[in-house]
Order: sequence, then C-alpha cells, then structure tokens
Amino acid sequence: MRTNPRIINTLVRWGLNAQAYFTVAILVVIIGIIFFKGFPQVNFGFILSFPQDMGRHGGIFPAIVGTIQLALLSILLATPLGVGTAIFLTEYTRESAFTKLIRFGVESLAGIPSILYGLFGFIFFVIKLRMGWSLLAGVLTLTIMILPTIIRTSEEAIRAVPRQLRIVSYSLSASKWETIKKVVLPAAMPGILTGIMLSIGRAVGETAAIIFTMGSSLRLPLSLMESGRTMAVHFYILAREGISMEKAYGTAVVLVLSILFINIIAYYIMNKTIARYS
Amino acid sequence: METKIATDRLRVSFGRETVLKDVTIKVQKNTITGFMGPSGSGKSTLISVVNRMIDFENNVRIEGDARIDGTSILDGSINPIELRRRVGTVFAVPIPLPRSIFENIAYGPKLKGTTDRTTLYSIAEDCLKKAFLWDEVKDRLGTSAMKLSGGQQQRLCLARTLALKPEIILLDEPCSGLDPISTAKIEDALSELKSEYTIILVSNNTKQIARISDFSAFFYLGELIEYDTTDKVFTAPAERQTEDYIQGKFG
Repeated sequence: MRTNPRIINTLVRWGLNAQAYFTVAILVVIIGIIFFKGFPQVNFGFILSFPQDMGRHGGIFPAIVGTIQLALLSILLATPLGVGTAIFLTEYTRESAFTKLIRFGVESLAGIPSILYGLFGFIFFVIKLRMGWSLLAGVLTLTIMILPTIIRTSEEAIRAVPRQLRIVSYSLSASKWETIKKVVLPAAMPGILTGIMLSIGRAVGETAAIIFTMGSSLRLPLSLMESGRTMAVHFYILAREGISMEKAYGTAVVLVLSILFINIIAYYIMNKTIARYS
Repeated sequence: METKIATDRLRVSFGRETVLKDVTIKVQKNTITGFMGPSGSGKSTLISVVNRMIDFENNVRIEGDARIDGTSILDGSINPIELRRRVGTVFAVPIPLPRSIFENIAYGPKLKGTTDRTTLYSIAEDCLKKAFLWDEVKDRLGTSAMKLSGGQQQRLCLARTLALKPEIILLDEPCSGLDPISTAKIEDALSELKSEYTIILVSNNTKQIARISDFSAFFYLGELIEYDTTDKVFTAPAERQTEDYIQGKFG
C-alpha cells in the first residue's frame, strides 16, 4: 500500500520543527542555568574590580582585559595572514599539487585539538623562544589556531564571487589587484566577516591552549611579555579548583554576554557592508 | 573612410578547436559595424581579441594579427589594461557592480586617477545622458545599481563603458535579454554615439543590424562569409548563406 504523501509531508514538517525547537531549547536551558546561577554576581563592581583571594572574592577585571587583548591581537594577526592566504589560493594560483598541499595542511590544522596547539605553543614559544608564559605566546598560539578557520571561510567567500564581476572589472581597465581590492573582497566581505566572528568566538572561549601558553596569572597584563588569564581560563580554574562556583558562573555570564555583544556588532557591520554593496 | 580596426588572417583556437579561421576584416572609424551569425560562428571570439579579454581564457592560440590604428594589439609590448581604456565593452547580460549607480560609472575614471567628486559627477551626468538613462536616474544616483530594471542596467553598463572615454565600443549582443522599448533606447543611443566612437555590434537580431549598422559582417563556423555595407548585404547579398541567414532559413 502506498503511503499518502500528504501524511509524510506533515510528519516531516513536524519532525524538522521539533528538531529545530530542540536545538533552540538546549541553548535556552544552558544560558538559562548560567544566568540563573551567575547573574546575581554580576554588577559594575564585579566587572571593574580586581579579584581577591584567588578569585574567591572581588571581580574579574584583569580577565576581561586579558580576553580582549588576546582575542583582538590574534584576530589582528590572523586576519591579514588568513585572508592573504585565501587570496593567494583563489586568485594567484592554478589548482596544482602545491595548492592541494596547502589546502590539505589547512584542513589538517583545522582538525587538531586545541590542547595540541597549547602543547606546541608551550614547547616552541614559551620554552624554545623563551617567551615564558606571556600574552605574546598566547597570541601567537591562538593566531595559528584560528588561522585555518579564517583561511577556509575567506577562501569559500572569495570563490563564491561570480566570475562575471571580475570580467566586468577587467573590461573597465582594472588590473588584477584593483579587481581583487575593489570588487572581489567587498563582495566576499560578509563571508570573511563570518570567519572572523567564528574565530573571535573560538579565541574568547579557548582554555586549554591558553593555560599552556599565556599562563593564568591574575594580574593585569600590561605588556606582551606578561602572563594573564582570560575569562574562560578564570572560569575553568575557579570551577576546577573549587575556589568559588558563584564567581565562576558570574564569569560565565560576562563571557556569554560579551560573545553575544561581539555577534551583534559583527552582524551590524555585516549588514552595513551588504547594504553598501548590493 | 579611415580604418580603425583591422585583422589580418586572424586565427584563434581553443585547444584543438579552431573557432576563428583566418578572418581578415577592416572596421571603419565612426561607424556601427554589425557582426551577425549563428552561435559558434566566432563573432564573440573576434571581439574578445580586440579588447584582449581573451587573455582570461585557457588554452588559447592566436595566429595572424589584429591592429588598431595600424598598431598591433597582440604585440607583447601592448599593455592590455591600457588597451581596455581605448576599447570599451558591453556584455550580453548587464552586470552592474554591486554598488551605487554613481559608483558604477566612477569605477573606470577612478582607476585612471580621477578622484575629484565634481569631475566624476559631470562625467556621470554626461555618460548617463549619452546612454539615454539620465532622466530616469538623475534623482537617485546614490542608490544601488542592482535596483534598476534590466534595460536600465544595460544602459548603465553602456554609460559605464563611455566613462572610460574609449575610442571603440564593443557590444556583445547587448539587447538579447531586453524588451523592445529598452532595445530601442539602446539603439537610439548607439546611433548618436557613432559620431564619436567606432562601434562593433554583435547581434543575433538581423533586423537590429539592418536598422542601425552601416556595415554588416556575416560569420559562419569561424569564417567571415560576407562583409559589405549594410544596404548591400541586406538587399543584394553576394553569398547564398548570407541570404539564407538573413531570411531566417537557419540560425
């Protein structure tokens, strides 16, 4: 007997709806718990004051600053490097064994667990190059870690720019670089920004690679050579060592809110660029 | 009459396939020359040699010569970027750059180093007028070019090409996707432009070529079958194939 297609249709629609709601529900529950437990901790004092007694009391100001420093510096390093690599791979090479090798390398790098980046950073930057546990070692490690994401998303975004747009630009007497700069990159910008956003999320949320390279000093890192901690690391240590679950959840709330804030800003910028170029 | 573009036994192959077979043609200055022929006849390939856009194809072999004002444009010393300022192109599908109407027209002049807003604005006004688009867009030069209709977009592409101040304009089936009213506007614009420019119009629409071109060339399977004044080609074609094509017996 043939099943009624309308019934199947309805079932599929309900099934997909349920899946979507389930995903959103998980997110709501996680954020709900974090906010329920942590929100009472969060006030201006918590955000703007230094931690005392290993973080049992006081605020998380140095961790907030450390997070911003780390994320900002690694994005600033990784973006030109990653977008440049993507431009090279898409515009300046033909598909060859060499590009395949680069792409294979990028894919492999993307799949490596972050603790291995941490280990590498520890052995190479911290020990070998004698940087010690420092903001610099953390930034360099994180840069390497987020590079594959930026390369891959930028490459896809650049590849998705229609060939006709480039042809038109050439026909209007633009050189290759002018075409890339004025037509290809603006058109690929939303995709590139998505990659940068994902990377910021990763940088802000990373712990393993950071503990090994940036250390976990509670002081405010005032130079590249000083150790510091990010909110994620602070949260991890507070919870793992049983110092203060309340403060840990408070930190988590600030962490979640800052990621939300970054996303909103990124979407705002993205919409602006899309509006400008379409 | 002065020859603007000349090819000398021009032969173009993609891999093993020869798409243009020893074409020798002289295009006269300040005229509209129509290139017609069924698809695969090589007419688009011929113009892609003249603007050197053929550089972006793979596995191309070019033999023979092509000259503008007596100078070979296939010579290694020719800078294709500079050549494309002299030879503007309008493609079959209008492709505005994803930016404003004004910025589309300013694109070419800015590349040449013109940055003064007033100058760019007067270029935009002048070119949009020549492309018969000014009245429709003069109040919204800042809006996205993507919001224009297809016919308006094609006239914008023509205006954008004019902004390069070219000597030659190549149009590759510019009206193939347009309605009759938009087509008429493009044709009106071209008829006025020929006093200043040398125009090659590639078209599958023989009536369009009969309407506005001064000379007509008929291509078939990569060969130039017939080339003469439009009057002659359309009233008393020398070749049987030309006559059959014009009458719509094949195409």
